[in-house]
Amino acid sequence: MAREVVIEVRGLKNQFGPNVIHEDLDLDIYRGEVLGIVGGSGTGKSVLLRSIVGLQAPRAGSVRVFGVDVRQAPRAEMARVENRWGVMFQDGALFSSLTVRENVEAPMRERTDLDPETRRALADLKIAMVGLPPKARTLFPSELSGGMRKRAGLARALALDPEILFLDEPTAGLDPIGASEFDALIRNLQTSLGLTVFLVTHDLDTLHATCDRIAVLAERKVLVTGTIRELMEVDHPWVRDYFHGPRAHAALLAAEG
Amino acid sequence: MGAVEALDTAGAWAILSAQKRAEAGGRPFEIVNLSEAHRHLLATVANAMPEPEPRRRTIPGRPGDGLAQLGQEVAGGLRGSLDSMAFFGQVVAHLGGLLIHPRRLRLTPLVHHMQEAGWNAVPIVTLMGFLIGIVLAFQGSTQLKAFGAEVYVVDLVAISILRELGILLTAIIVAGRSGSAFTAAIGSMKMREEIDAMRVLGLDPIDRLVLPRLIALVILLPVLGFIASMAGLVGGALMAWIDLGITPGMFRTQLLADTDVNHAIIGLVKAPFFAVIIAVIGCHQGMQVSGNAESLGSHTSRSVVQAIFLVIVVDALFSVFFAVWGL
Repeated sequence: MAREVVIEVRGLKNQFGPNVIHEDLDLDIYRGEVLGIVGGSGTGKSVLLRSIVGLQAPRAGSVRVFGVDVRQAPRAEMARVENRWGVMFQDGALFSSLTVRENVEAPMRERTDLDPETRRALADLKIAMVGLPPKARTLFPSELSGGMRKRAGLARALALDPEILFLDEPTAGLDPIGASEFDALIRNLQTSLGLTVFLVTHDLDTLHATCDRIAVLAERKVLVTGTIRELMEVDHPWVRDYFHGPRAHAALLAAEG
Repeated sequence: MGAVEALDTAGAWAILSAQKRAEAGGRPFEIVNLSEAHRHLLATVANAMPEPEPRRRTIPGRPGDGLAQLGQEVAGGLRGSLDSMAFFGQVVAHLGGLLIHPRRLRLTPLVHHMQEAGWNAVPIVTLMGFLIGIVLAFQGSTQLKAFGAEVYVVDLVAISILRELGILLTAIIVAGRSGSAFTAAIGSMKMREEIDAMRVLGLDPIDRLVLPRLIALVILLPVLGFIASMAGLVGGALMAWIDLGITPGMFRTQLLADTDVNHAIIGLVKAPFFAVIIAVIGCHQGMQVSGNAESLGSHTSRSVVQAIFLVIVVDALFSVFFAVWGL
């Protein structure tokens, strides 16, 4: 079955000074899948995310999202693409001078012409969907715990009902219970909203719990992609260590219950 | 619902709100022919439907409100100045500690701040002094010409620059340049919990952050003030030459004959006081920054405004003091 490719990365090259992060990196992401990106520290997982959403201009290569080249598209076309994705940054990256509700309303205010009542109701809906209590609506980001900030960041990423959701380390820094709640939340939102999810993570439990497919970044490119089962068969030192380490076994046991 | 091709959360919300309203009004409302994906979406949204918030009544203003607000602002202002005093006291105590153990002073940050706040400010301060000298000489000459007393332009320029303007304007520039930089730097460290980290590691933020900045300014503000004053004299001399034909030689003779060195000393004596004001207010406002970006901005602007205001107030007090002493 030919599946629709929503993100297509070809020949991507990223370089900081003499330090080459990516070279000839190719990656396809299909509609409706949850793709996990793993890799050691400094292999450029976040840089890849930033290149796809256009925050980082790569040295070479092309990135096409919904068939639109994010580096060359005119402003108006790019804006239409931006309406169709949501990004959650590592620590939420909430606007610190706005309340949680205002944060979630911000993209709607900018990109739609909803009336204030509807906007507010939809923001409250998103806040409830990510599992934040109603009293969090009027709090400022500095008054939230780390886990709540992440949820609020997710609510803002979901504000415009995106088709693609980019998540940068969604469970890092959460306690195990909070992290598995977050995994279930992402999985649940993904099935009910039909999202395509691009998930950068270190967390093996998250990989087991949420991802359909995993891409391993190493040696400056996407080394392999596949399901966890497939990746466990791969004979590459880093991949073997990653998927056969003590933590991996614990996560596998947990996932298989 | 069978004909619906795409449904997002906003659509689901609209359907569910319509259902809620219809049921509240006693009308029948049924959702039929749902596809599996849409059923799932509706269920998720239904689970999360926010309770409509009870509308908060706006409390009408009462006659005493304005008065109460005034009182709160006055009390807040007093508390703020008490806080500043307390912080100043802490800094003085640490300074005393430093006198007992001079080894505690870190030379690298001190030199760094001397370069940042002192050396890098030399061009702007020089230019400012030079231009002020030109303006004074030019304005003075047009007025003094009417009395045939052109030569006193020299006294006018020399006394006003050496005694007041050179140092005052330098302090104002440094407050805008370095005071704001102190607040922003310390404030963003506060926001990123770096200050808390220093405390836990047993590093004293006052020793590490405030004292090097304070000492750097105390050493260098007099130097900057001196540079500005000299530039001002050069500017004045140049303008006097162009406008009134007073040659640099005559300017020098008149300067040495009429202007006492006391004027320059009085000017420079004020500089360390201004430096303390700028550094202490800048650092204190930085420490006051709380979690959000807005507060960083408001404290930075408050730091500059307060520092300039206090510098001018203290300058006025000095004027009165020196006048009473007959200097």
